[in-house]
Amino acid sequence: MDFMLNEDLLAIKEICIEIGEKHILPIRAELDEENKFPREIMDVIAQSDLFTIYIPEEYGGTGMGSMALAVATEELSRYCGGVAVSYAANALGAMPILLMGSEEQKKKYLPQLASGEKLCAFALTESEAGSDAGGVKTRAIKDGDHYILNGTKQWITNGGEAQIYTVIALTDPERGARGASAFIVEEGTPGFSYGKKEDKMGIRASATRELIFEDCRIPAENLISREGFGFMVAMKTLDNSRPGVAAQAVGIAQGALDEALKYAEQRKQFGVKINSFQGLQFMLADMGTQIEAARALTFAAAGLIDSGSKNFNKVSAMAKVFASDVAMKVTVDAVQILGGYGYMKEYPVEKMMRDAKITQIYEGTNQIQRSVIAKAMIKEAKRK
Amino acid sequence: MKFVVAVKQVPDTAEVRIDPERGTLIRDGVPSIMNPFDTYALEEAMKWRDELGGVVTVITMGPPQAESVLREAISMGADDAILISDRAFAGADTWATSHTLAAAVKELGDVDAVFFGKQAIDGDTAQTGPSVAASLDWPQITFIGKVRELNKDSITAERYVETGTQVVQAELPVVLTILKDANVPRVPSLRGKMKSRKAQIPVWGLADLALTEDETGLNGSPTKVVVTATPEPRTGGQIHEGSTEELVAKLADLLLGEGSEA
Repeated sequence: MDFMLNEDLLAIKEICIEIGEKHILPIRAELDEENKFPREIMDVIAQSDLFTIYIPEEYGGTGMGSMALAVATEELSRYCGGVAVSYAANALGAMPILLMGSEEQKKKYLPQLASGEKLCAFALTESEAGSDAGGVKTRAIKDGDHYILNGTKQWITNGGEAQIYTVIALTDPERGARGASAFIVEEGTPGFSYGKKEDKMGIRASATRELIFEDCRIPAENLISREGFGFMVAMKTLDNSRPGVAAQAVGIAQGALDEALKYAEQRKQFGVKINSFQGLQFMLADMGTQIEAARALTFAAAGLIDSGSKNFNKVSAMAKVFASDVAMKVTVDAVQILGGYGYMKEYPVEKMMRDAKITQIYEGTNQIQRSVIAKAMIKEAKRK
Repeated sequence: MKFVVAVKQVPDTAEVRIDPERGTLIRDGVPSIMNPFDTYALEEAMKWRDELGGVVTVITMGPPQAESVLREAISMGADDAILISDRAFAGADTWATSHTLAAAVKELGDVDAVFFGKQAIDGDTAQTGPSVAASLDWPQITFIGKVRELNKDSITAERYVETGTQVVQAELPVVLTILKDANVPRVPSLRGKMKSRKAQIPVWGLADLALTEDETGLNGSPTKVVVTATPEPRTGGQIHEGSTEELVAKLADLLLGEGSEA
């Protein structure tokens, strides 16, 4: 599908392959085994300018957009879903500032994120606020020229590793979702600490941690947009980031297919290569076809965002649903093709299968995505 | 600081096959890459440029298509590059190559250090770096595993040699050959790739260098490759069985040239 990639996008792909081969492949099993954040790889990613691609040129980026981010995320995910999400979560964290931040906020924060000097994270989820983001309990109370934050965010990707956090908290609990606001919180702010680090099934290289706010005072100028706009910021952020999850899923699936193809070429049973068996060929054919379809839909969603369209939440959700379901199916099939070896940790496909599962869950479960898609379709049909 | 890195385009040996009848490399269809050892030389030069300021200029002598390794070097962070290419340079051995590269270094002027990889993976001679130093009449430090210190006047480096580590100091300008122990080469950056695509790479020919036609190319090469051949495969050894006493006796006989079965 390289025909869809221009010279810049091909350059991104080449850089990711080089990072993958030289820096991810040799240690991905260790990162997975030890639940270890890939700090050194983040430094290499920073040096290679990959943190610049979603940040406009005037703020120290290269301003290459969603398609570029999708290409980078897919390619890194082919090597390790955990490393890739640690990268992509920076874009998610920066999105509220990019989309709705003030000029001062953009000037202050985006250049540090583009250079990779600082990492970023987005904090919405809480113990009682998952799919129903309206259940957020974290409070932000205005006190002169400060806000005071209290509450606990859960399962925050890059938590404890990032230095800049975009956090959703309630400024007016009576108004429910309309009473939420988005804030920028920097590491080291008194009253802001890290809680439990999660022990996960997959994407174990990525850090997933609690953020705890106890009378955490932040300057009022750290409010993103206006009071009450928090959910709009969050929803726009997620609409924009979904092609990133889709790209991650496509990459994980492609990585698994690559392993399956390699194994099926080497493995002999009954005196012949197992890829000569039609039953296995049909599996490989379906895996490849599904991946290409998922990639095409992902690129379509990313391309739609880059075109400046405002109306992309349906396609963005479709890409996330389809690609993550494909990733799950393809990785399960890859384990099947590798048979007993596939089930062993010595081979990478069992990790890919564990990594794939999260793509059906986070940044909106696939059930929620299907609701989003259906509602958008029903609304469109009424307009006709 | 003004650093020069001399790189070579070589066939990717991971992809090379040997013609079994002629004993030569089959180069057709084999991708060309930057000599892997040169990537450490490039990284070392860029590391010290980043610390001290200045420019890293990459040079290579080769046919027009060798330009691709220069673009690769720019994508990794080199400031500029020069392709040294002329029909008159063709067929050069390491002597003629060194004279030509040295002439290019002189032409650049005010160079503080020239970095080479320890050797090229195709010829494996490890001669070109030292020979350029000789041609320039500059000091040289070869097989550097670690540069301890580099400033505008001098360099202190560790040479990893068979007997251990030698710490050597030299005044600039100097010629250095770098081992892979020295650093981890950086990956190309996106901005580097964009820059490398647009970069104008000058081509210097015989007319641009203070050289005569007799000092370069085939004419300037005192050595000629007469034949390349694969060495005869070694025949297997002998395996004997028996008690320790029997084997010791047998071994003694063999070493004394008696009872040889070969």
